[in-house]
Amino acid sequence: MTTNTATPNPSAGPDPSDALSGSLLRLGDNGLILGHRLSEWCGKTPALEEDIALANTALDLIGQAQLWLELAGECEGDGRSADDLAYRRDASDFRHALLVEQPNGDYGRTLVRQFLFDAWHLPTLRALAASSDARVAAIADKASREVAYHLERSTDLIVRLGDGTDESHARMQGALDALWPYADELRGADEAERALAADGIAADPDAVAAAWEAHVGEVLRHATLVRPEDGRGRYKGDGRRGRHGEHLGHLLAEMQCLPRAYPDARW
Amino acid sequence: MSADGVPSAELGANGNDTAGGSDTAGATAAETPPVRTEWPLWEIFIRGQHGLNHRHVGSLHAPDAEMAIGNARDVYTRRNEGTSIWAVRSADIVASAPSDKGPLFDAAESKVYRHPTFFDIPDDVGHM
Repeated sequence: MTTNTATPNPSAGPDPSDALSGSLLRLGDNGLILGHRLSEWCGKTPALEEDIALANTALDLIGQAQLWLELAGECEGDGRSADDLAYRRDASDFRHALLVEQPNGDYGRTLVRQFLFDAWHLPTLRALAASSDARVAAIADKASREVAYHLERSTDLIVRLGDGTDESHARMQGALDALWPYADELRGADEAERALAADGIAADPDAVAAAWEAHVGEVLRHATLVRPEDGRGRYKGDGRRGRHGEHLGHLLAEMQCLPRAYPDARW
Repeated sequence: MSADGVPSAELGANGNDTAGGSDTAGATAAETPPVRTEWPLWEIFIRGQHGLNHRHVGSLHAPDAEMAIGNARDVYTRRNEGTSIWAVRSADIVASAPSDKGPLFDAAESKVYRHPTFFDIPDDVGHM
């Protein structure tokens, strides 16, 4: 569906506006896909209070995604709206990190996924709030206030459940072991992103990675969880290049089915 | 977090009945109370604006005080309603008994003079 409009200019060199729209797509897609994953829990979480808290987080992330994608569309200059980008791209056009598309699993796995993401998300947004691009800074400033609470909440639950019963500890450790390999990609950066960071537009990936390390390390110790080794359980995906796992297609099928079936529907 | 070990100790007391559970397979069901699965109930009070009183908005379940505040934030202040939250264990609230309604309240019924409505309040005093 997108092939006719979405072909980027293949001969273009390192065009800074391409790099920016790519980076914005990644921010938007992270929020959109994780927000959708969280919304799958709606009505099914272990407690009513958790249900509402998780839905709040999902709505925050989807709201942020809307702002990022709108700006991404603007920078692209092809006239695509946030809805076009959310609902009319195929899996290989999505740019989010593989971590966020991972299935919910049990509640512990959902929380570990959230925690690993939040710990990256907050320092990223705080750095972006000082971006030299005023539009980026404005969105990041608003989003970082929401995400500060996300991180506080996921941190608290990681410690409670990690340092809880034998059962909860085992589940949290299992979730951590399973999801840890995806944290590499989250903390990494490609050349385009480094160039944007050098221009003061994007967050410095090394500073973000250091902040992530410090927070995650301390919380895992409090939670009596063992930090898995880096570089194990390698996977072949690369969200920046649209190489996603098998789960994304199913997620998109559900998320996009209405706008795909009724392209001109309004609501 | 701040009370390290406290949650796990409580949960351990509920879940691992090391005293009798491991060796007597048959009789445990009768001896041990059923594991409590519900978190305790909390009453939530929110102050909407500075200067107003905290107002009761409802109740929720949470394992401890810290999480009661967190849950209250998510359940009751989603639309920017509050500037302050109080959480009180429902079990700690002492209530008057419905059967005492007569003795407690009937005596005040015919005493209109207890309402401060017989004073003329100058306009420039404003809202009282």
